[in-house]
Amino acid sequence: MSGPPLNALYQELILDHYRHPRNRGALEHPDVEIRMNNPTCGDEIVLHLRVRDGIVEEVRFAGQGCSISQASASMMTQQLRGHPLADADALAARFREMLHGSGEAARDRALGDLRALAGVAKFPVRVRCAMLAWNALEEAERRLPPSETDPALEAGSHTSTVQDTGQTESDA
Amino acid sequence: MSTLAPPDPAPSAPPTPLLDVERIREEFPILHQQVHGKPLVYLDNAASTQKPRAVIEALDAYYRRDNANVHRGLHELSNRATEAYEGARLRVASLFGIADPAELVWTRGTTEALNLVAWTWGQANLRAGDEVLLSVMEHHSNLVPWQLLAQRTGARLRFLDIDDQGRLDLSALDELLTERTRLVSLAHVSNALGTVNPVRQIAERAHAVGAVMLVDGAQSAPHLPVDIPALGCDFYAFSGHKMCGPTGIGGLWGRRTLLEAMPPFLGGGDMIDVVELEGSTWAALPHKFEAGTPHIAGAVGMGAAADFLAGIGRDAVCAHERALVGYALERLAEVPDLRVWGPRDPAERSGVVSFTLADIHPHDLATILDAEGVAVRAGHHCTQPLMRRLGVSSTARASFYLYNTPAEVDRLADALRHARKLFGY
Repeated sequence: MSGPPLNALYQELILDHYRHPRNRGALEHPDVEIRMNNPTCGDEIVLHLRVRDGIVEEVRFAGQGCSISQASASMMTQQLRGHPLADADALAARFREMLHGSGEAARDRALGDLRALAGVAKFPVRVRCAMLAWNALEEAERRLPPSETDPALEAGSHTSTVQDTGQTESDA
Repeated sequence: MSTLAPPDPAPSAPPTPLLDVERIREEFPILHQQVHGKPLVYLDNAASTQKPRAVIEALDAYYRRDNANVHRGLHELSNRATEAYEGARLRVASLFGIADPAELVWTRGTTEALNLVAWTWGQANLRAGDEVLLSVMEHHSNLVPWQLLAQRTGARLRFLDIDDQGRLDLSALDELLTERTRLVSLAHVSNALGTVNPVRQIAERAHAVGAVMLVDGAQSAPHLPVDIPALGCDFYAFSGHKMCGPTGIGGLWGRRTLLEAMPPFLGGGDMIDVVELEGSTWAALPHKFEAGTPHIAGAVGMGAAADFLAGIGRDAVCAHERALVGYALERLAEVPDLRVWGPRDPAERSGVVSFTLADIHPHDLATILDAEGVAVRAGHHCTQPLMRRLGVSSTARASFYLYNTPAEVDRLADALRHARKLFGY
């Protein structure tokens, strides 16, 4: 048995997003702010979204973590910006399929740069790293006021801090 | 209640400081395997150590031959189980130089031992305005129990800082240690940096202001030739699984006068003397703090681990690790862009080396090293405040034990060079 394919994991595109993240920073007036951390490893993300008429107008992320979590967040914001929020669920589902090893999902153009993360499927302990930003997105959708899907209602700002999971830390 | 006889003298250590590592490795079956197609290099010993055949066989023999509940049966197996359980206490007491084995309480590990002190001694002795002195390098298990205690009592936590090499800054001790200080609780060895703290010296200073001194020995009990009473502290906590023993067993040593004055921790069977409907009296030490059926097999395995370490000689283990850390510091210094955290002088360290490499996140490093068969820890090491103090989110950590070799240090250094290549350096 040979080692897992590190070259497939650490592709140039992933390192590029890690070192030059897209949409990094904060929005002055986000419709929703989600802070999420993974207590097992200490990765953190702050996700800001501004949604108008059901379209993700602006998205930013901050925080810190490994190359996989940071690249995943950067690539996710790329795919979200300018697209209908309603499409995010399908995108997340597709991404999850890819991380579970679906070759078909890994070829789906809708995932854009995210396809470079297909190699994570061979490293089960790192799937959580890739999912952090997506768990924050899911939480953001839950917290967004109804006005974002129905522009007739007035929008407000929503902030929330959540832990990724109830999983406890280990060791010492 | 069983009576506790004085322990047998510890088997004497071999005079030579050098270990026959190849022979020792033969005693650890788990080390002889391939991981991802490469021979395993296990360098995560500060998290948990591997178990020698003697410990595995002691657990097996206990369950095959002697298993029953302790301290209650009038039958043969219960007598054997009780003897094995209390005999193990004597062996561990002997290893640590504890003359009175009734001062050694079995716990699940260091965390439970620290919580025991916080809930019993702490709850009974701390009032609003009292102070507990800790340091910024403490493991969460020597921080959170005191935060909870402070919330319950109104006591205040104060913290010793560290210098740029991760050593305690003792210049502030006079200012921090006052007549309000009731407890000083410090790690003997930092799990994240490997720093060996001068706990004996600090214990003297603590006693001078009337404070009680607790030593978190999770990382010193396995690696230093610790004689607990000689440390001059009042409590000492340790874990079995970090010193060749099973998980789920560890201990708290405390001075008899303190333990006797403390209220019990958990209530239940085995910790009582007489029980009435409206109240009870407590068993003698150490059983007052050992409610319920204990981890008998764990204690038995811990006894075997104590014998194993005593047989090899803890001075030799310590010298071996110090030499290995010295070699690791040299080899890691040759890896470009690598930064080692903690004391520069190997004499100030135990067998832990924490490092970061260029802009490669420690989790990525750990994955790359794992693919090369090298097991290290990456993350905050349950010391989030220390990571913040150092200005890093996390580090990678290689930690050594008696079975590690210079060739394994070379494998670590080679794997780190490979990581640089993968990240385009």
